[in-house]
Amino acid sequence: MLRTYEYPKYPYRQPPEQKSGGTGRHRVVVVGAGPVGLAAAIDLAQSGVAVVLLDDDDTVSVGSRGVCYAKRTLEILDRIGVGDACVAKGVSWNVGRTFFRGAEVYKFKLLSQPDHKRPGMINLQQYYLEEYEVRRARELANLDLRFRNKVRAVAPRSDGVVLEVETPDGGYTLQADWLIVADGARSEIRRQLNLEVEGKVFSDRFLIADVLMKADYPTERWFWFDPPFHPGQSVLLHRQADNVWRIDFQLGWQADPDQEKRPDRVIPRIKAMLGEDRKFELEWVSVYTFQCRRMADFRQGRVLFAGDAAHQVSPFGARGANSGIQDADNLCWKLKLVMDGRAPDTLLDTYSEERGFAADENILNSTRSTDFMTPKSATSLNFRNAVLGLAGDHPFARALVNSGRLSVPTILTESRLNTPDAAAFGGDMLPGAPMDDAPIEEEGERSWLLDRVGNRFIALIFVDDPASVGPAQARAMAALASAPIPVEAVLVSPTGGAGPPGLRVWLDRAGRFAERYDTRAGTTYLVRPDQHVAARWRAFDAQAIGAALARATRNAEP
Amino acid sequence: MSLKLEPNFHEPGKRYVRAFTPGDDFYESLIETHRDLSDEQSAMVNARLILLLANHVGDIAVLREAMQIARAGV
Repeated sequence: MLRTYEYPKYPYRQPPEQKSGGTGRHRVVVVGAGPVGLAAAIDLAQSGVAVVLLDDDDTVSVGSRGVCYAKRTLEILDRIGVGDACVAKGVSWNVGRTFFRGAEVYKFKLLSQPDHKRPGMINLQQYYLEEYEVRRARELANLDLRFRNKVRAVAPRSDGVVLEVETPDGGYTLQADWLIVADGARSEIRRQLNLEVEGKVFSDRFLIADVLMKADYPTERWFWFDPPFHPGQSVLLHRQADNVWRIDFQLGWQADPDQEKRPDRVIPRIKAMLGEDRKFELEWVSVYTFQCRRMADFRQGRVLFAGDAAHQVSPFGARGANSGIQDADNLCWKLKLVMDGRAPDTLLDTYSEERGFAADENILNSTRSTDFMTPKSATSLNFRNAVLGLAGDHPFARALVNSGRLSVPTILTESRLNTPDAAAFGGDMLPGAPMDDAPIEEEGERSWLLDRVGNRFIALIFVDDPASVGPAQARAMAALASAPIPVEAVLVSPTGGAGPPGLRVWLDRAGRFAERYDTRAGTTYLVRPDQHVAARWRAFDAQAIGAALARATRNAEP
Repeated sequence: MSLKLEPNFHEPGKRYVRAFTPGDDFYESLIETHRDLSDEQSAMVNARLILLLANHVGDIAVLREAMQIARAGV
């Protein structure tokens, strides 16, 4: 138990297959009730797919671990019903400051654009996120969450997977059509299947100290290079919920992890930083190393890897848990379409392609941050200190200061699911982009764009006046909903008002949709269930939408 | 022309979504250029690099400005 948090103890129940000695067959089994496995299980269950989620433990993350959740992740958490709880408990922040020795050299703001529902980033201990996800999971009748169920062996077959599971009552066998593996960086299942993870190990150690204190520091991310209180190394200070502050001290490779975890070693480091007079209590301490690496393919037949099991990054940039939750976001709608027989099995290859592309971007950025923060040679250190020395006065050098490039979602520009633009567009909402938010209003009720899209394909059609849409065109729009893969057509308009019967109208109440999506009358966006742009046009064309939909689900190859 | 001190890294034909990317691209190449070199070799690479870039810039007034800023801070 921590001073500020009591770990829940979730009940174990004897699984029906264990009791009966039979072998249950399930559509999907997810292994690992961490942030990623839980997100995947909730997403699938919400869409009507019965899921079994196995976890070897009976509580949440021990220690705060992943603490920064980015805007895009919060939007996904909104979609699976835990966004509000996380934002209410978490600490929102937008400003980061970087110091070199004694002086501030650089300050950044995460979100310069107004009118987004969610902030650039919140800080929240991982155990809270998991607790809220477990709470949500338990609301879903078709989500069978089994604690203290440890997977002992996995046997992939051409049409599914057979699992041997160990429980306090003994072992049992489980069959699944599909298996999602989210059992973390040291994935047992990955190891059992002899799957390689390739990449780079960094020779450095970091100390995490969670400190409970009442401090009047602003809610900002503070990063020090070579500070007077911890010379030659870097330090990061972050605020979390419950007046818990996360401090990361770089220790160097020579540090002894067991020694460094002892309070008599940790407390003097913190006192040197905060001053002798500051009252604090130590909440949790850990020493870690990290790797930047990924599996070559996140899909192995009927087995799909997600989160840290599939790819790992250095913690600087908060790209671990964030990208894992984005994996689940990408995977679940595809798996559902394949299971329902509405898309070919090859749609799941694009899970690995798209999230592999994202993993490469995350690994690239977090490797660059790590190389900047922990220079590997005298020359590299010289360049780093030269950048920091120039950064106080010169903007070009500030742009080179790299204390972590914080998690932003990958724009899936290379994806084969995108339909390339046939017309010119400004802005960033190109095919493959996760959608920008915008304030909207529907029948007098104020809402957010991202609260209304997702979970299905949707066509957003921008019109000056909804009443001007003719009956033939309105019928063509509404008819999209009766295709084998339904597309809901919605009119977005700067004036609002009623549209033709059967079509919803969203008022672009701050003009942000028009601005961010570079719209004119007729501009149409086709959006995927994971809120990514699949295609866009300058005029509504039902046939073009059908072709783009086929492409986005691999029902037709270009 | 005077010395550019605003961010100026770019690469023809590349579209950047994140403002930090071009600078990070450059910085990675710079560090990579020095990989596996001794300190002495690195110092020589740096000297050669400065000469090459100085000739490329050409404008001696600009170079003097850069040399002055570089020296003033150490």
